[in-house]
Amino acid sequence: MSAEIRFIAKPHPVTGVTNSKLGMWCFLSSEIMLFGALFSTFILLRAGSPAWPHGYDLLNVPLATVNTLILIASSITMVMGWAELAGKNLKAFKKYLAATIVLGCAFLALKGFEYGMKFEHHIYPSKNNFYGIYFTITGLHVLHLVCGVVVNLYFLFPGSKMWEKDPEQFLGRIEAAGLYWHFVDLVWLFVFPTLYLL
Amino acid sequence: MSHHDHGHDAHEHKLPFWQKYIFSVDHKVIGIQYGITALLFLFFGFCLMMLMRWQLAFPGQPLPWPWLANLFSEKQMMSGIMLPEFYNQLGAMHGTIMIFLGVVPLAVGAFGNYVVPLQVGAPDMAFPKLNAASYWAYFWGGVIMLLSFFIPEGGAAQSGWTSYPPLSNIAQDGQTWWLFGMVLLITSSLLGSINIIVTIVQLRADGLTFFRLPFFVWAQLVTSFLLLLAFPPLEAAGILQLMDRLLDTSFFMPTGLVVSGEVSKLAGGGNPLLWQHLFWFLAHPEVYVLILPAMGIVAEIMAVNTRKPIYGYKTMIYSIIFLGFMSFIVWAHHMFLTGMSTKMSSFFQITTMIISIPSVVILTALILTLWGGSIRYNTPMLFAIAFLPMFAIGGLTGLPLGLTAADIHLHDTYYVIGHFHYVVAPGTIFALFAGIYHWFPKVTGRKMSEVLGKIHFFFSFIFINGVFMPMFSLGLAGVSRRLWDQTQYAHAVPTQPLNVVISYSAWLLALAQIPFILNFFGSIFFGKKVNNNPWDATTLEWAAPSPPGHGNFETAPSVYRGPYEYSVPGQTQDFSPQHLQGGK
Repeated sequence: MSAEIRFIAKPHPVTGVTNSKLGMWCFLSSEIMLFGALFSTFILLRAGSPAWPHGYDLLNVPLATVNTLILIASSITMVMGWAELAGKNLKAFKKYLAATIVLGCAFLALKGFEYGMKFEHHIYPSKNNFYGIYFTITGLHVLHLVCGVVVNLYFLFPGSKMWEKDPEQFLGRIEAAGLYWHFVDLVWLFVFPTLYLL
Repeated sequence: MSHHDHGHDAHEHKLPFWQKYIFSVDHKVIGIQYGITALLFLFFGFCLMMLMRWQLAFPGQPLPWPWLANLFSEKQMMSGIMLPEFYNQLGAMHGTIMIFLGVVPLAVGAFGNYVVPLQVGAPDMAFPKLNAASYWAYFWGGVIMLLSFFIPEGGAAQSGWTSYPPLSNIAQDGQTWWLFGMVLLITSSLLGSINIIVTIVQLRADGLTFFRLPFFVWAQLVTSFLLLLAFPPLEAAGILQLMDRLLDTSFFMPTGLVVSGEVSKLAGGGNPLLWQHLFWFLAHPEVYVLILPAMGIVAEIMAVNTRKPIYGYKTMIYSIIFLGFMSFIVWAHHMFLTGMSTKMSSFFQITTMIISIPSVVILTALILTLWGGSIRYNTPMLFAIAFLPMFAIGGLTGLPLGLTAADIHLHDTYYVIGHFHYVVAPGTIFALFAGIYHWFPKVTGRKMSEVLGKIHFFFSFIFINGVFMPMFSLGLAGVSRRLWDQTQYAHAVPTQPLNVVISYSAWLLALAQIPFILNFFGSIFFGKKVNNNPWDATTLEWAAPSPPGHGNFETAPSVYRGPYEYSVPGQTQDFSPQHLQGGK
């Protein structure tokens, strides 16, 4: 009698989404609360501090600007990949997904370089609360990006076998992965002005 | 007797033992795993408390039994006398274990997992593998918490379950273990709550509209949203405290803090209150995570055993949604005495008074459900009925705490302990017992013994009140919580005899659980065999075989009516199951 779990590949007729898409939206709402709590921490520490530095005096704004552009570009390639897959073009999808991964890694490399510069000057999270919250928020963001790269790598190589068996479900998975990727991108669009420009 | 065909398909028989029972992805097995693990943790947390009760009743006296004292190291007990550091560990871990490893996993992990897919007519949870991952994250989080007792330097966390900095920041390694354990538990509840939400929204049987869902499913839905949205801020707070402890940041460390006569070398500039805000932003909704599933269980059992629909079904649903929403904006009523501005206090005082309204609506609806019912006084129903006054005492004693003026006197006293234990222990845990007795036949195909169940109920009911009722007197007399020995304070000496009463009640309460343990394990093997629907209930889980096989239902059920159609005039029987078409 083992009945199948419904709406894995096809969307629910009433809610209009698949299980994985709804699950991803739930997960992202929880992520918003996680980063929201950290941004609230930033606001509270800054408001309660007699002297709070300006981000642009201490952090490398040009580098972060380049990184912002890289991440936005990666979001574009991600959605292009999904569109190609929806048009049943696996090869083009793989190219775009590979580009997304490369851009993600480029971001991580630049971020690593930025961290390295700080460590070289003996600047660690313990220096003051500005650097504390800077390393915490960007570190957590980096962790999210690493997870995104790993997931995309999975879908680029072993995960893509599903395309043969169940293209609809695979497309759904890529959409969910894309939602996550865009979210991580979006977080950076808040991190950048908050930490670097204020 | 239709239960003999368990409907195992050929695939299931091929699974080896470890895959079927240990690393299963079936929601029922995971629910049972959650249930048993959580019950063991509840028992363990209870044991910690019984040790504390010895010290509280007879401060500074050695434990009465040498074999018991021998279990502990010299850093915990000095020749049978409990050291204050160890008392603090017991206190902190009692709270942590009871809430995060006992009650929530039992209410949401076990009942949510087992019952929700059945009640919505689904073959399994939406994400079976995530479900298993959720259980194993919980399991390892629990293991970390337990192992922390054996850390040679300082043992387990000892800064209270609330882990307020700066104390928790400068505490020994146990606190770091506590934080890692919490991160795993938060991950577990995140995965679990996503799963429950998606299952309820997506996998409802045909015809099962939202307003035909049993109230229990609604309770789990709202609870899952609370877990989903309230836990991340605690995760953020945990990350920040880990940064403070491991990388010497100062998020929670103010400038110029003096520790043991030395000025802290940290950069400073942090704010201890920041932790309290982030912590209570979780921990107040957490209170509702504890109570909402309990209300859901009680509503189910009331409807079945009064043979009438629950009173004001839709009103209760609107109330529970409102309750869930409001629970996000009351958290700072835990912080009235932190020097918050009076404007802030007034805001949180008002929201706190508002949130009591939907709670009272639900409680009133449950009481009115009893009105005119033909009540069956079986064990689950007794526990469910007892829930009403117990939760009412817990809820009403919370009102003075929510008023800023009264809170000045009552804050951090035993009154607070009495208040929230009334909500959680004779409230939620009684409801969970009710749920165990109620759904046991579904899980095992056998009923639990009524005789042992009633012995369990009546003695538990007496002694649990003996434990918590005197705490109100202690608190009103000004005795602070978390004291190792209250007789060191002159104002607390006269009320010390009450502690002896409380302690004996607690130990007798432990004895009162023996019939339950015997009943639980005995009934698995020797309980009276029952059919699929032993209580003559209407909701979908009773349409499945007992116990349900892999995939739950023999044919995917369709739903034709609301959840509580009992004693409908003109029907031949006094219940109309949701999955049966037309009147019979």
